Amino acid sequence: MTALTEPRRATDDTNRAPNPLATDRLLPIRPAYGWIDHLSRLGPLRPITTKKLGRSLNDAGLLGRGGAGFPTGRKVLAVAAAVAGTRLPAVVVANCCEGDPTSYKDQVLISRSPHLVIDGAVAAAAAVGADRIVLAAHENSAAHRILAAAVAERPGAAQVIDVVGLPHRYIASEATALVRFLNSGDARPAGKLLPIWERGVDGRPTLVDNAETLAQLALIARFGPDWFAAIGTAAEPGTTLVSIGGAVPRPGVVEVPHGAPLRDVLACAGAAPTGWALVGGLAGRWVDLSGTAVVGYSTAQLAAAGATRGVGSMIVLPAGGCVLAETARILHYQANAGARQCGPCMFGLPAIAADMTALRAGNRGALDRLRRRLPVINGRGACSHPDGAVALAASALSALTTQQPGHLRQHLTGGGCHAPAPVVPLGAA
Amino acid sequence: MSERVLALDPIACRAHGLCAEELPEAIVLDEWGYPILPTGPLPAQWVRRAKSAAAACPVLALRVQTRR
Repeated sequence: MTALTEPRRATDDTNRAPNPLATDRLLPIRPAYGWIDHLSRLGPLRPITTKKLGRSLNDAGLLGRGGAGFPTGRKVLAVAAAVAGTRLPAVVVANCCEGDPTSYKDQVLISRSPHLVIDGAVAAAAAVGADRIVLAAHENSAAHRILAAAVAERPGAAQVIDVVGLPHRYIASEATALVRFLNSGDARPAGKLLPIWERGVDGRPTLVDNAETLAQLALIARFGPDWFAAIGTAAEPGTTLVSIGGAVPRPGVVEVPHGAPLRDVLACAGAAPTGWALVGGLAGRWVDLSGTAVVGYSTAQLAAAGATRGVGSMIVLPAGGCVLAETARILHYQANAGARQCGPCMFGLPAIAADMTALRAGNRGALDRLRRRLPVINGRGACSHPDGAVALAASALSALTTQQPGHLRQHLTGGGCHAPAPVVPLGAA
Repeated sequence: MSERVLALDPIACRAHGLCAEELPEAIVLDEWGYPILPTGPLPAQWVRRAKSAAAACPVLALRVQTRR
């Protein structure tokens, strides 16, 4: 643990942009890719009881880092209770897929600290009573290769560890889709009717946690909640990973303490707090950075400022970038990315994508159609995919009507807009 | 005291729309024909027809659940 408490030293890796907020936790300044380096950096991982891990996670206030932000301690305890109730061993699934194309923090984490992610799955498995661990990454991805190599060099554990490849689809890594894929090969969301913490993989209690969540869990299991809370805010201790992209001088993934002002987080990418940014991923919110420079990066503070942590990404638009054009493009992507299972998503998302495109082209009626359709679509799918698209569209409408009425008028009067090419990255649907 | 709620499996639902014919006061169809259900517990006077609505569904996507 010494390496973690030493004062920060000058970066010895000249290829990396200096990060003034560097905390040396998830993305160590001296990376420890291999098992031996990893152990010498952090020391051994000792088994931890369910009760102690649950309490430590709750004290540390750890929220899931995959997008939904569910309290990890509660999830671990729910799975442990299901194991006690069913007398079936649990399965722990590390979700290393990172389906949102604006986010690549988990890929960077897995590249730099693969064993920390696996440690988290091992610690969680020991605590909840699991005999199987599944590391789920997109097939043929770098993360998949790195995890397979990392598992091969680790000494045998009490659990069987499988590395499984998922199809490269946005929706495939939604938690119930992941479980359904492992059970049947069909990577589409299964809905909320069967809770996976009680009956998931092979009908057994299943804990699905995101890669970053598990890495944070591994640190909390090793060093405890007090160490974890030495940085961050009182309500949300610790650090978090942020993917910063778009029109910034040095795009990349940074680890920052919770509560760091957005201004300082952007500075890590060489960017100033001006213009508009998509915060939280494709299901995120549009944020005027000049009005939010001092807002702290944490779930609560972002939400209070009308943003969301979501998947932990920030995509900054260039000067003159058009929120309307970007949103229309993202909605078409989201419409195609759906699993085509639920009507409100299957028909609703193409409809609002077309409305947003019509609004961009100056169709005034599209504004009313969007206002009528968004609340109708919300909350009616088996997963929250449609809700994310609705939230993004509503955020764009709010930005356009209250903060950029002049720009909206330009679209509506046929003046069009002269925005530069869109910057929000969209992968394959 | 237990209460009854309508629960839909949105994956199974195929927009037949028969549920809305059985209980039009509570179930309305969206512009694509998919039902929008009432939120919260069903008033007692709707329970019998809510069960008929569930029974009318050709793909069994609708259920009346008892919640404690």
